[in-house]
Amino acid sequence: MRRKFGQRLNLRDGSVDMTHGSGGRAMAQLVEELFLARFDNQWLARGNDQAAFEVAPGRMVMSTDAHVISPLFFPGGDIGSLSVHGTINDVAMSGAHPLYLSAAFILEEGFPLKDLERIVTSMAAAADQAGVPVVTGDTKVVERGKGDGIFITTTGVGKVPAGVDISADRARPGDAILVSGSLGNHGVAIMSSREGLAFDTTIESDSAALHTLVADMVAAVPGIHCLRDPTRGGLATTLNELAQQSSVGMQLVEAAIPVEEQVQGACELLGLDPLYVANEGKLVCICDAGDAERLLGVMRRHPLGEKAAIIGEVVADDACLVQMRTRFGGNRVVDWLAGEQLPRIC
Amino acid sequence: MKYVDEFRDSGLARRLADAIRREADSGRQYRLMEFCGGHTHAIFRYGVQDLMPDNLQFVHGPGCPVCVLPVSRIDMAIALARKEGVILCSYGDMLRVPASGRDSLLKARAQGCDVRMVYSTMDALRVARENPDREVVFFAIGFETTTPPTAVAMEQARAAGLTNFSVFCNHVLTPPAMQAILDSSADEEVSIDGFLGPSHVSTIIGSRAYEPFARDHGRPVVIAGFEPLDIMQSALMLLRQLNQGRAEVENEYTRAVTREGNLKAQALMNRTMTLRASFEWRGLGSIPRSALRIRDEYADLDAERRYDLPSLPAREVQGCECPAILRGQLRPTDCRLFGTVCTPENPMGACMVSSEGACAAYWSYGRSRQPDAVRAGA
Repeated sequence: MRRKFGQRLNLRDGSVDMTHGSGGRAMAQLVEELFLARFDNQWLARGNDQAAFEVAPGRMVMSTDAHVISPLFFPGGDIGSLSVHGTINDVAMSGAHPLYLSAAFILEEGFPLKDLERIVTSMAAAADQAGVPVVTGDTKVVERGKGDGIFITTTGVGKVPAGVDISADRARPGDAILVSGSLGNHGVAIMSSREGLAFDTTIESDSAALHTLVADMVAAVPGIHCLRDPTRGGLATTLNELAQQSSVGMQLVEAAIPVEEQVQGACELLGLDPLYVANEGKLVCICDAGDAERLLGVMRRHPLGEKAAIIGEVVADDACLVQMRTRFGGNRVVDWLAGEQLPRIC
Repeated sequence: MKYVDEFRDSGLARRLADAIRREADSGRQYRLMEFCGGHTHAIFRYGVQDLMPDNLQFVHGPGCPVCVLPVSRIDMAIALARKEGVILCSYGDMLRVPASGRDSLLKARAQGCDVRMVYSTMDALRVARENPDREVVFFAIGFETTTPPTAVAMEQARAAGLTNFSVFCNHVLTPPAMQAILDSSADEEVSIDGFLGPSHVSTIIGSRAYEPFARDHGRPVVIAGFEPLDIMQSALMLLRQLNQGRAEVENEYTRAVTREGNLKAQALMNRTMTLRASFEWRGLGSIPRSALRIRDEYADLDAERRYDLPSLPAREVQGCECPAILRGQLRPTDCRLFGTVCTPENPMGACMVSSEGACAAYWSYGRSRQPDAVRAGA
């Protein structure tokens, strides 16, 4: 068979150069031999600048997320799988069933093709496993020094089941607050592999697509009030966002919040608070107190919700404070994350 | 989790709280200063104050490494970062501390200076090794806890013949600062009755270091661990001393602190650094023999001698009460700026920057106890 591009892309020790983003033959080769080959689906195969698909009547949601992360590869995932899970989760937090994804890559000149292949392969596997195909995309290359290896932006669309109205402004005093599992694994896994802080641990990122868990939850309790995934800033920041948007306060019980011992240990060592550490495969749910136990049962029957827990309740508070009864017996405010969590000096 | 849960047990906390209540003489007030920001942080994070009787008050001390550094030294660090070819390595909290004219290392970085956050002095050495054509300056701050790692880096740089590495030394000493706090509040009616002594600092300098202080000033010192039960147990020990009219150094943190301290670390500090005649502290003013400088034998590693550094008058933010808060004379909520223009997102003073700073702890954990306007951040 005649090769369209002469020599194949050198995925072993080649690297990205400016021609890969210039719109010419090199770019076509990169798209065909790497992206199309890995993401292989009927929409991409048509080779158009857009993907066309039928939509059912009803409410659609759309969400976009730019992924910049260091390091690109970390225990339990990489920027590729993360960029798929992140956007699927943002779509799913409306209660929607995610349908399609788009992906835009900004590559830095000199980025190893081997790493790009690994990332794209991981992305494709994540999309495949989630059953949400990447149907359109774009690639740009920036000069060396003007990017950080690779940035990936993904956008997702999904369809909300009839009768579901999940929104961050719907928390009401008396509602129950649930989380789907233990907190802090992603952030600690990232930190453990970050330059300058590397430490040995078996903690892996919890990066996962949560839409099937959400589907089970919504099927059982269509009237869920709020859903959000506690990514950057951790549980504390997410709850503060919800409290602010709903003009309510929250009262948590520290002893009820699941944190794995290894994560707790790493946080103790570094002087971090697991409530502020990022997650990529967990969700926070707020619902009527009367629905809480049933919802908890549904969550625990799903593999991604086995350690789900009811961690507190929504209360009336004009100042929108999130407070927590500590394991120790005191009470404290759980504030927004300010700046970045840093290991303490002294 | 083992070695953690034992020190945060709520049952034990209740029993200790009862014991403290029984010990506390209702006819008097107890003002106990926790020197370390680590203690302040723990008191708020675990809600320890909630378990204390009304007549026992924790007064928050100056033991927050970034808080006590005067603005002029941060201005100097920024001047260093602006020098051609310099990479300034600093602990993370330091980057956000406001300098003169609303400047900070973070802003200097945004303007193109090469300022890097490191987690340890070894990272700074690595940066120096990896950038032989650049000059790497480590912005060394902190009490006796962070001093030995700086000393190790200096010795390793010397041994490896690293000529592009130097240290901007700002290490300060705890006992002289405790003394200065008492001296500065001697004329006032509200003084400090006793001290919760530092945890990590004491692992280095030992409990012996506070003995002259307790004797000369007649104030009890109890070296306290950083866990909430440590703090409560230490408060009880202080109350007992005060009620019995004793002023001794006692050690609650026996699992880590000895009377002599870490002799190896002390020797390391002595080899590389020596006392400054005096040093300016934020809030406490100039305190004689309260800080360390690099010894003459290591002059080539001393950024202050290697570079021509400006000594401009520092401009503190007007209205910022950090100085009085660091002395324990005002509470964070007494400051007009607290929670209005000064928040962790937009700190005006150093006490709002670090998680070990009293203002940040008040704001982040203790806001529910404040008046409504402050609670809402209005």
